[in-house]
Amino acid sequence: MRVTFTVNGREESADHVWEGESLLYVLRERMGLPGSKNACEQGECGSCTVYLDGVPVCSCLVAAGQAEGRQVRTIEGLADGDRLDPVQEAFAECGAVQCGFCTPGLVVQAHDLIERVGRPSDAEIREALAGNLCRCTGYEKIIEAVRLAASRKAATP
Amino acid sequence: MDFLRPTTWDEALAAKADRPDAVPIQGGTDVMVEINMDVRRPAGLLDLGRVAELREWAMVDGMCRVGAAVPYATVIEELGGPLPGLAQAARTVGSPQIRNRGSVGGNLGAASPAGDSHPPLLAADAVVEVASRERGVRMVPATEFYLGVKRNALEPDELIRAVHVRPATGPQYFSKVGTRNAMVIAVCSFAIALHPDRRRVGTGIGSAAPTPRRALEAEELLAEELDWTSPLDPALVRRFGELCAAAAAPIDDVRGTAAYRVHAVGVMARRTLTWAWNDHLGRRAA
Repeated sequence: MRVTFTVNGREESADHVWEGESLLYVLRERMGLPGSKNACEQGECGSCTVYLDGVPVCSCLVAAGQAEGRQVRTIEGLADGDRLDPVQEAFAECGAVQCGFCTPGLVVQAHDLIERVGRPSDAEIREALAGNLCRCTGYEKIIEAVRLAASRKAATP
Repeated sequence: MDFLRPTTWDEALAAKADRPDAVPIQGGTDVMVEINMDVRRPAGLLDLGRVAELREWAMVDGMCRVGAAVPYATVIEELGGPLPGLAQAARTVGSPQIRNRGSVGGNLGAASPAGDSHPPLLAADAVVEVASRERGVRMVPATEFYLGVKRNALEPDELIRAVHVRPATGPQYFSKVGTRNAMVIAVCSFAIALHPDRRRVGTGIGSAAPTPRRALEAEELLAEELDWTSPLDPALVRRFGELCAAAAAPIDDVRGTAAYRVHAVGVMARRTLTWAWNDHLGRRAA
């Protein structure tokens, strides 16, 4: 089947999509957007987190056809041209990235948290990121990065 | 595989009647796992994501009617007042991303004995509204809805439309055993609901039998022996825990042993009753 939806502000279509295919597969393999990572394929790891109609979801658990006509925003759509989003900047500055595989999902999920909560507490950060697994960093630098991004966003009018 | 895309409830019922082999999909947090892992290849997917009414809840005739597709995130944000047990259980589901998509209707459809919604629904005497094109609406009490491991009372042409739950008249608690505070399928779980207006206490046991179930003898014990104006009698609490543990019929599996589950159900039963009772006496004093 053909699937059409808006991704990062642009309408995109994919043909010959298998009905059981995930949104993640369509993004990565059919639309040339490999930023969202494919790891567990069962919603356990959060590496494939994208916004679907403004709500963060595991794109591996969305059937491609369910995205028809909807708005998808991926990690590729967070930066403004060459200007990184403050969350991306903070992750790089704080050393919150090691192998990098979990990073896109964590950045999208942290981005949503800061949009919703503004200045989240550590407990709120931990809860928000509970579904994003990182096997390298031990999470401390990730949490530091979220704090930094939140304080910078709060300081920007 | 066919992909069916109804936009109204009537269209959804018609699609299910014409294609009973199509698997309903809403949040996808169970269905897509099975497809991704290649353990299920349904002949069709019936996407309920466009049937807007399923994502709404409302008070209807004194009952809280929760649409089948209301996501856990909404249950947490909006239903903590009328349905505190269900809201507590919803907070323990998966991760934020899962709670943004997963729904009580999906939990009922999957009918896993470990589903977090089931114990609080049982404890609060919930009724499941199911429907088909040919036979219309059928109201199925939660106690009659779960038939076996991942089997429920739905006929092949039926869909789950909503769940009806009486708003809480007393304290409710949900307790769940797992290895961390997120992304955990219950080793076992327990829900309690005090109904002071009826002088009854409802219970629900999760992940400790082929289906979610109530601890009926334990409920009877409290109905007969509780003094609703006094502190809890420790002997009664102990007996309640024993009867709840005895109502469990778990198996050994990767998440835990049967013996551990029986023990843990008893512990959770005592704890949740104590928490709820403290709240109950506190409310009376206030």
